[in-house]
Amino acid sequence: MHAILTLIVNGDRRDVGIPEHYTLLEALRYGLGLTGSKQGCDKGDCGACTVLLDGEPVLSCLTPAWEAEGRAVTTVEGLAEPGRLNPLQEAFQVTGGAQCGFCTPGILMSAWALLQRNPAPTREEIRAALAGNLCRCTGYTKILDAVELAAEMLAAPTRARRGGEGGQAAAPAGAVRSPDPAVAAAAPGSGSGRDTAEGLAGEAAAPAVAGGEP
Amino acid sequence: MLRLHEYRYHRPTSLGEALALLEEHGPSAMPIAGGTDLMPNMKHRLFTPAHLVALKRIPELHGIDVGEREVRIGAAETLAAIARHPLLRDRLPSLATAAGLVAGPQLRNMGTLGGNVCLDTRCTYYNQTLFWRSALGFCLKKDGDVCHVTKVGKKCVAAHSADTPPVLITLGATLDLVSPRGERSVPVADFFVADGVRNTVREPDEIVVAVRIPVPPPTTHTAFQKLRQRGSIDFPLLNVALAVDLDEGDVVRDLRLVVSALGARPRVVAGLDKIAVGRRLDDDVVDAVARRAFDQCHPLTNITVDPEWRRAMVPVHVRRALLAARTPAPAAP
Ligand SMILES: Cc1cc2nc3c(=O)[nH]c(=O)nc-3n(C[C@H](O)[C@H](O)[C@H](O)COP(=O)(O)OP(=O)(O)OC[C@H]3O[C@@H](n4cnc5c(N)ncnc54)[C@H](O)[C@@H]3O)c2cc1C
Ligand code: FES
Ligand code: FES
Repeated sequence: MHAILTLIVNGDRRDVGIPEHYTLLEALRYGLGLTGSKQGCDKGDCGACTVLLDGEPVLSCLTPAWEAEGRAVTTVEGLAEPGRLNPLQEAFQVTGGAQCGFCTPGILMSAWALLQRNPAPTREEIRAALAGNLCRCTGYTKILDAVELAAEMLAAPTRARRGGEGGQAAAPAGAVRSPDPAVAAAAPGSGSGRDTAEGLAGEAAAPAVAGGEP
Repeated sequence: MLRLHEYRYHRPTSLGEALALLEEHGPSAMPIAGGTDLMPNMKHRLFTPAHLVALKRIPELHGIDVGEREVRIGAAETLAAIARHPLLRDRLPSLATAAGLVAGPQLRNMGTLGGNVCLDTRCTYYNQTLFWRSALGFCLKKDGDVCHVTKVGKKCVAAHSADTPPVLITLGATLDLVSPRGERSVPVADFFVADGVRNTVREPDEIVVAVRIPVPPPTTHTAFQKLRQRGSIDFPLLNVALAVDLDEGDVVRDLRLVVSALGARPRVVAGLDKIAVGRRLDDDVVDAVARRAFDQCHPLTNITVDPEWRRAMVPVHVRRALLAARTPAPAAP
């Protein structure tokens, strides 16, 4: 049976006509076309479908769609502002925290919820917050680096902007588009993302725009 | 992609409304709380109820009240809420620890204590898609008449796989249940039966409203241990809960030990009054208790890990639990 469900997704009120037995993930992907949240295992094992419900990370593949009615749903599409990535997304680009990218939307949401309640998490706290998200590519180190970097960028937007002093100087926090050669050249250690992340840990240096490959 | 069958999703906002829905729809209705057990099981076509009665909006199923003598936890409270509750961590640390070791962070934000107590049993031959199960041939627990684990047995040996009930048994907790026929209270120790097909005495239209737990005296020390493949997400391959009451000289006044995730019912290790009670909890007694637990536990291949290894881990985790209880550490961070 179809019915109309009203959801508040990324701050917007959206009405969606869906079968009553849909999961929240199906409502988002097939009802609203928000395909950022991934359908990985579809049974609670992997975390790729993680969204925030009233700010808390939940698995949308196991959440009946109607449980979300009237509650704030935040998906990965809600992180970036038009034309500008969220600093957390920037940080993943910088450290190479995403490879195939399939796990990334879920990991971003778990990490974003963590940074909202704990702006300066320890490495252990980051690990604990991401313990429900599997990644088959990265080996996790660069993901943890990315969340640490994001915490720094969010805490010190002005410092984190330093590397962009040329053309990008006016850009807001973390608005570094890493493929931009001018910015990449200005950044220290622009070889691999990993060097950059370590450089940052050392002196809270600039953003670290990793030049070439993520 | 795992599609669900079609169902109606009811969201009552009072206990009375929920009971009326369960009565009206009879065997075609099931309660659902966090859905973290029922949703995957429905995706595997292990259950196909035409009506789901959602419990999370019922006020009677909420609240964590920590009294001097008794703690009452509403059945729809999440495992995350229990794991981080400061008073529970202080008064019932083994329960907060066990709740915090269930699954992973997102599942603990969703999954409830009531759902954990009512968790369906698990087995390699059961928790599979319909396609997988039909290819092998169905099993005793669902649609078939053979047990693929024991091959010959006529009794289902799927494992009780929840982490909080062993702790609740050691703490002497009681469940408050309500059905359209009335209310009753059942000690958690009497709630489980040794039948993997349906391992609790809960009637299908009964709702667990709350769990009541007596606050143990300061002389009682508790511990919880869990064995699993990875440090997160995974169900237990084995878990151990204990509560030991010691006098000033470390002499055991009372010892309750539960080993679970092996068979259909949590196992209360028997005969401890003879080998432990009245004695100082020294290394000899610790060894004797660990050996007693080993003797009483006989894991099967209901989970895809070597049962001999799982059995060998029983005394290891019992010993760890006893040592943790003997030297009470400050509450975990
Ligand atoms: C990947 C994964 C890993 C997991 N790991 C663990 C683990 O390590 N340890 C563990 O213990 N569990 C684990 N679980 C299972 C589950 O997440 C938890 O047991 C959780 O507590 C179940 O609660 P729920 O509210 O989601 O239950 P639901 O799925 O809502 O319900 C489970 C069953 O109980 C019934 N029910 C629920 N609430 C009530 C009530 N109040 N009264 C009557 N009946 C009720 C439902 O009808 C259903 O049959 C895991 C699940 C997944 C998907
Ligand atoms: S898709 Fe939801 S946990 Fe894997
Ligand atoms: S980047 Fe491929 S799964 Fe994580």
